[in-house]
Amino acid sequence: MKKMGFILASTASLLMAGAAYATDVKIGVLNDRSGIYADIAGEGSVIAAQMAAEDFKAADKGINVSIVSADHQNKPDVGSNIARQWYDTENVDVIADVPTSSVALAVNEITKEKNKIFLASGPASSDLTGKACSPNTVHWTYDTWALANGTGSAMVAQGGDSWFFVTADYAFGHALERDTSAVVEASGGKVLGAVRHPFPGQDFSSFLLQAQGSGAKVVGLANAGGDTINAVKQASEFGITQGGQSLAALLMFINDVHALGLDVAQGLVLTGAFYWDMNDQTREFSARFQERNAGQKPSMIEAGVYASVLHYLKAVEAVGDKDAAKVMAKMKEMPTDDPLFGKGTIRADGRKLHDMYLFRVKKPEQSKGAWDYFETVATIPADKAFRPLADGDCPLVK
Amino acid sequence: MAIDTNPIAMAAITSVGTAGMPRHHLAIFAALLVFLIAAPFLLYPVFVMKVLCFALFACAFNLLLGFGGLLSFGHAAYFGMASYVSAHAAKVWGLTPELAIVAGTLVAAVLGLAIGSLAIRRHGIYFAMVTLAFAQMVYFFSLQAAFTGGEDGIQAVPRGYLFGLIDLRSSEVLYFFVLAIFFAGILLIYRIIHSPFGQVLKAIRENEPRAISLGYRVNRYKLALFVLSATLAGVAGATKAIVFQLASLTDVYWTMSGEVVLMTLLGGMGTVFGPIVGAAVIVTMQNYLATFGDWVTIGQGLIFVVAVLLFREGIVGVLAKWIRKPL
Repeated sequence: MKKMGFILASTASLLMAGAAYATDVKIGVLNDRSGIYADIAGEGSVIAAQMAAEDFKAADKGINVSIVSADHQNKPDVGSNIARQWYDTENVDVIADVPTSSVALAVNEITKEKNKIFLASGPASSDLTGKACSPNTVHWTYDTWALANGTGSAMVAQGGDSWFFVTADYAFGHALERDTSAVVEASGGKVLGAVRHPFPGQDFSSFLLQAQGSGAKVVGLANAGGDTINAVKQASEFGITQGGQSLAALLMFINDVHALGLDVAQGLVLTGAFYWDMNDQTREFSARFQERNAGQKPSMIEAGVYASVLHYLKAVEAVGDKDAAKVMAKMKEMPTDDPLFGKGTIRADGRKLHDMYLFRVKKPEQSKGAWDYFETVATIPADKAFRPLADGDCPLVK
Repeated sequence: MAIDTNPIAMAAITSVGTAGMPRHHLAIFAALLVFLIAAPFLLYPVFVMKVLCFALFACAFNLLLGFGGLLSFGHAAYFGMASYVSAHAAKVWGLTPELAIVAGTLVAAVLGLAIGSLAIRRHGIYFAMVTLAFAQMVYFFSLQAAFTGGEDGIQAVPRGYLFGLIDLRSSEVLYFFVLAIFFAGILLIYRIIHSPFGQVLKAIRENEPRAISLGYRVNRYKLALFVLSATLAGVAGATKAIVFQLASLTDVYWTMSGEVVLMTLLGGMGTVFGPIVGAAVIVTMQNYLATFGDWVTIGQGLIFVVAVLLFREGIVGVLAKWIRKPL
């Protein structure tokens, strides 16, 4: 794999810092650099990891960080081949990011087998801290359970107590619909119906008309990627949000809103872990990030890569070694604290806990300019935002 | 499958080289074997195993396209379904790896028989479309069926113990198991091509009405070839599931069917060694250009355009023309 030409330490700075030894840490950022996720977690994630190493001033602390990156093309076999090669022949210590659940689950297994560390920011599958949980994985940013729970409970609390689902007809969509329905019903709402659309879907008109006709207050889009984008576009043509119904996308990113434009996306409700315009620290980071990433603000996945790499480096510094077991123990023991997600913790099953937010996409006239897209509707506190430890079936905590 | 014996005997008389391999083929096989035995010590073994799996897949496809003249656009179905069944057998049923591969292969063979018996009734583009349609059905089945795990695929498949004895967890040990499968597959394909049966297939490819007029039951030959090709594609897919310890939708998606066409055309359609070269080139690109993002697909496209415009016989086809010997 090509080195990103990014070795932070120099002998001079080491001498100045007076460190007795140097730890060489190699971080591999593995994600989609050419396909549908390249915008939310492509080169931006690599930049985020580099910024984490720079902001941590790793070189002054006796840690030589080098960063490599590769494109898994959303194919699990390509991803697992790269991961193995990195661990076996290129001395990579940590793999970060990895959107696309199938690839992430494969990397999760290999990381466990090779006893390295996996900082998962990109993947959605809550299995990473459930059935497939691993002592070597931290699942940082979000997961399907948190999205379903956040959107479901917060919407009901906001008065959106009757739901209709437009669901992608495959395991992922079914899971999202099932989890969200459970949350909606537990919060006192009711599900009026659901319709399954083929995956991948092009024409959503009949499904959206059913949703419109159901009279439900909230139309939940239990799908992802291109399906969600198509559905949102067509929903805007049918005037679903203008007609008083709320459109809730269960898996969507700020870059998708940017691509759709506010005219189309306005009124859409979604759950996220991070938004660039939340406080001074996030704004400061995002401004620096935007300069280096071709004018794009960070997505929550890129923010997660930054924060997870930062926390990892802190743990390496505290341990004074990069042994995977020791560093993992330290990462879970030390509370997390970073400018983007604030204070948080990492649970025994590898789940990172922080607040989640319910956002609503602004109307064009409310927006002050590019990237001013979200208003925060509700904050879901960290202890309620993620699946309770006992419900995950994680073998590590039984 | 009952195949007329008489015409085969006729073909056997006219065919050349059925008794033994031509010397240059023997030399190439020997060199290939020596190289592949040395390969895991020079290159990364998991990468070489991936090349071998795809090379076998491409050779199986080439058997159908290059020697039967049948362009299937749905070979991912056999490859992918075999990999799902093999992964499921190894993980859930706890079968040893060789039995898991056999299970995957059998399913691919049955699937090949079912799809092939319908598809061979049509020719040319219609044949390709029928195979594509069935492959898409298999894809949607894989997407929906409970045992495939939807878009997550089947993960954490154990590599297990070969014959219940030899631990395959080490990539080096597994490599030689995969090498044995690959080589057996290639030799079998070589044997099929150079058998009387293979001669009849070439006759059908060149002039089907004439083959019919000579008394061959053409459709039976085609079906037999289709099933053989699907079965060998299944071997490749099933082995891949054990190597990577996963089976996923990538392997049944239509782009996989397209990739195998690309590998075969690039290496040299209708040559024995071409698909191996084509698979090696494509897999190497996917692996070593991974850092450059978009450039993988752009590179693949450019290479394909160049191959079609400048050397339509493929890499090995051009070489064969230079040395004036079939490769």
